[in-house]
Amino acid sequence: MEQKHLKRVDLIFEWDEKNPPIQVLDKTLQKTPDAIILEMIDSGLKGRGGAGFPTGLKWKFTRNEDSDVKYVICNADEGEPGTFKDREILDRVPEKIFTGMAICGYVIGAKEGYIYLRAEYNFLLKSLQQKLDKFNQQLKDRQIEFSIFLRSGSGAYVCGEESALFESMEGKRGEPRNKPPYPTVAGYNSKPTVINNVETLVYTCEICRMGAEKFKALGTSDSRGSKVFSVSGDTTKPGIYELELGMPLKDFIDEFGDDDAKAVQVGGASGHCVPRKKFNDTIIGFEGIPTGGSMMIFNSSRSMYNVLHDYLEFFTEESCGQCTPCRVGCQQLLKGIEAVKKGERPPAYLEDLKKLTLTMKIAAKCGLGQSVANPFISIVDNFKEEIIY
Amino acid sequence: MTNTENFVHELAEKHGRTRNALMPILQGVVARDKYLSEEAMIAVARELDLSAADVYGTATFYTFLDTVPRGKNVIRVCKTISCHMHNKDEIIKALEEQLKCKVGETTSDKKFTLLTANCLGWCHKGPVMLVNDDVYPELTPQKAIEIVQEYIRKSN
Repeated sequence: MEQKHLKRVDLIFEWDEKNPPIQVLDKTLQKTPDAIILEMIDSGLKGRGGAGFPTGLKWKFTRNEDSDVKYVICNADEGEPGTFKDREILDRVPEKIFTGMAICGYVIGAKEGYIYLRAEYNFLLKSLQQKLDKFNQQLKDRQIEFSIFLRSGSGAYVCGEESALFESMEGKRGEPRNKPPYPTVAGYNSKPTVINNVETLVYTCEICRMGAEKFKALGTSDSRGSKVFSVSGDTTKPGIYELELGMPLKDFIDEFGDDDAKAVQVGGASGHCVPRKKFNDTIIGFEGIPTGGSMMIFNSSRSMYNVLHDYLEFFTEESCGQCTPCRVGCQQLLKGIEAVKKGERPPAYLEDLKKLTLTMKIAAKCGLGQSVANPFISIVDNFKEEIIY
Repeated sequence: MTNTENFVHELAEKHGRTRNALMPILQGVVARDKYLSEEAMIAVARELDLSAADVYGTATFYTFLDTVPRGKNVIRVCKTISCHMHNKDEIIKALEEQLKCKVGETTSDKKFTLLTANCLGWCHKGPVMLVNDDVYPELTPQKAIEIVQEYIRKSN
C-alpha cells in the first residue's frame, strides 16, 4: 500500500499569472465536452463537500440527459460545524469557481449557473456580485451563452443537502426530496442539474489548467489529489490548509495538535471521532475516513460529553422535521445522554441509543439524520466513561 | 396601498412573480424591516398568487426569516462547538449585561435583538458574532461591548 505523509499543497489559492482562470476557460472550451469529461474521470476527482461522488461521472450523467434546460449550481451553503474553507475560497479566488461553473455549463449544455450562498456569508455578497458581473461580461464578450447568478440562503444547515437546496431556490421549505430521481436527472426546477461544492469546482478549473496527470500524481488510488482542511479546536495553528490526501491522522496531529490531543472529530458534527490510540491507523481519505474538510481537535481538558451534547443540540435544531426518524431520533438521543449523565437511566441505555442511531441511518430521508450515528457511536464507544460519569 | 404593500410590490417587480422569487422577496423584506409582519406575508402572497399559509410555511422554516419583531440591529453569537470551546458563554454574558436583555430578547428601545446561531463558519477565529450581515471574529467580552457601543453611537 502507498504510504503517504503530510504534505502541503498550493493549488486552490495559487494564482498562475501566465494562466489565469479566464485563459483556462478559453483553452478548455477548444476541447470537446466528451474530452473534458474523460479528463475529469481520469483525474479521479471526487466531490469535496463530503459525500465524495466522482465529479466526472456527475457531469457525464447530466450531459447524457436529453433536456433543453439544464443547470449548474455551486453549493456554497457551507454549514458543517468546523468547516470554513469555502468562505476563504469564495473570498480569495472566486474567479476559479466561476470558471469551473462555465466549463461545466459548456460540458453539460447549461445556460444558467447559480451560486447558493449561505446567509451567514452575506457580507461576501457585494464583492462577489462585482466580480461576477465582470466575469459574466467576459463570457458575453466571448459569445459564450452562460451566465451565473447569486442566490442567498436564510440560515438552514439542511439546505446544504442538494435536494433541500433546490427546494429552497424554488421558494419552498428546505426539506430534502426522496431520491431517486437524482439531481443529474431532476434537480433545480426538476431539470437535469450538476450541483458541485465550491472546492470541487475550483479543482475542476485546476485540472483543466494543469492536466489530469499532475492532479493524479497527488494522493492515493482511492483519494486522488489534495483537499482543503479547516483546522480548529485545540490546535496551535488554527486555519485552512491544503494537504495531500491519504496521510495518517498521526501526521496531521503532529503538525497541528498541541501535544495533548486526545481526539479528533474528522468531518464535522456529522463525521467520526477518532481517539488518540487510533491516530496511527487512521488514513484521511476515502479509503479511511473521508471529510468535507472539518478537523476539530480536542485535548485532554475537554469533556467529550459536552462535545457530543453540542453536536446533538445542533442536529436537534437543524433537523428539518420532515421525517420522523430524524426529528424524534435527534431529540431522544439528546434527552437520552442527559438522562444517563444524571443517573436517571443506567449506562446500558447507551446501547439502546446506539441502536436508535442505526435505525436513523436506515430510515432517515437524508444525510442529516443518516449520519448522526457517526459521531454518536464513535464518541460513545471511545469515551464511554466521560458520557456516563 | 400601504407602505409595506408598496415595498413588496417593488420587490416583486424586481425579482419576478414566480414561486422561485419567494426567497429573494422575503429576504428583501427582512433586510429592511428585520422581520416578516403578517401584513408583509399577506402582501407577498397576493403579489405571487400564493396562499398566505404557503408564504408563512416557507418563512418559518428559515432561521434568518424572522416572523416576530426584531430590533434595528440583530446580533447572532455563534454557539457551536469551536466557539463554545473558546468561551462564547462569556461573550453572551457580556452582551446580556451591556444590552440589559437576555438571549432571544429585544432591547426596550428596539435597537438590538440578541440571538445565538449555529456554526457561522469562523471556527478558527472564534468566538464570533454577526451584527446584521457584518461579521466580528476573534471576540473578547470587551471587544464585543465596544462593537455594540459603536452601533449605538452610529444610530444616535
